[in-house]
Amino acid sequence: MNSIWLALMSGSVLFAAFHGTMAAVLHSALQAAEAAVLLAIHLAGIMSLWLGMMKIAEKAGMVELIARVASPVLGFLFPGIPRRHPALGAVVMTLAANLLGMGNAATPLGINAMRALQQLNPQPQRPSPDMCTLTVLCAAGFTLVPATMIAVRASAGSANPAVILIPTIIVGLTVTLIVVVADRVCRLLLADRRWS
Amino acid sequence: MAGELCSQLADWLFPLLLAAIPLFGRYRRVAVYDAFVEGAGAGVSTVVRIMPCLLAMMTAAYMLRASGALAVFVDLAGPLFSSWGVPPELLPLVLLRPLSGSGSLGLVTEIFHTYGPDSLLGVMASVLVGSTDTTLYVIAVYLGSVGIRHTRYAAAVGLLGDAAGFIGTMLVCRYFFS
Repeated sequence: MNSIWLALMSGSVLFAAFHGTMAAVLHSALQAAEAAVLLAIHLAGIMSLWLGMMKIAEKAGMVELIARVASPVLGFLFPGIPRRHPALGAVVMTLAANLLGMGNAATPLGINAMRALQQLNPQPQRPSPDMCTLTVLCAAGFTLVPATMIAVRASAGSANPAVILIPTIIVGLTVTLIVVVADRVCRLLLADRRWS
Repeated sequence: MAGELCSQLADWLFPLLLAAIPLFGRYRRVAVYDAFVEGAGAGVSTVVRIMPCLLAMMTAAYMLRASGALAVFVDLAGPLFSSWGVPPELLPLVLLRPLSGSGSLGLVTEIFHTYGPDSLLGVMASVLVGSTDTTLYVIAVYLGSVGIRHTRYAAAVGLLGDAAGFIGTMLVCRYFFS
């Protein structure tokens, strides 16, 4: 992550230096900083709403209930979470929100799940393998129906906006499968001494 | 049809949850208002924690777009990708997709505007964006929310997924649409 970010920042400025776009880069950097704060404020509202709801669900034992129902499947993907642990419920809700393509509305749920997983993490400076699995699954972003894309196509005047449905699901499933396998390989390779 | 159904589902699901969760809480004898306020209090502090991560990723994405580096990269690498059967017009989208959701939607809209949403290029762009997510942004926000900056193998695995999404999109779209 450090090198990717460094490459993006320095690469952009270096290019701008040779192509006379320095003014545009300056403008966009300031604009991005401002947009990030606005997005954060926007997120704060949704986040508080969800975290409030999640607190009710937690106190009512709802999260554990969901965790119990889903634990057979999740036991395979997240072997580090004890069975019937409330973190499982938070993980299920995150994955469900991602499957339904809820976009920014899924973020608070994901953050909630990450916080639950962090409490199980023996080394809080490093993500646990389960945290990595959840992150890459959400980053793969498989959705059952690409609703946003279909809407954008429709508004661009497509004759058949939903034609992308089947190809998108095929590609999305493949990506998720590859990510799950790669994640599992990384777990096995790095599970010993240096990382765990 | 299916898209409409799903957006309908999403429209209903949220409000239903907003009613169902407190009702269930009441059934389990939870002081629902108190619990809500207690939970919501953590919202702002969480956002304060992810804000620097948002800012870092968004600044990088915006600067990359504004510098013109994407355009130069397409000029340089375009012929190579063309020889593999990859339309060079898609390259900026492929590079921006892991970084910025609004940025990649903007690029898709430009592609629709220039080539039409039902052209092979338009369909490829749609499938690419529909089947992948803003990988680096998700990683930065998820891990950043618990104060972790070290990403271990998550970034590599996530980007591998994006590469697979790109290659898969090319193959599947050629199979379905040409």
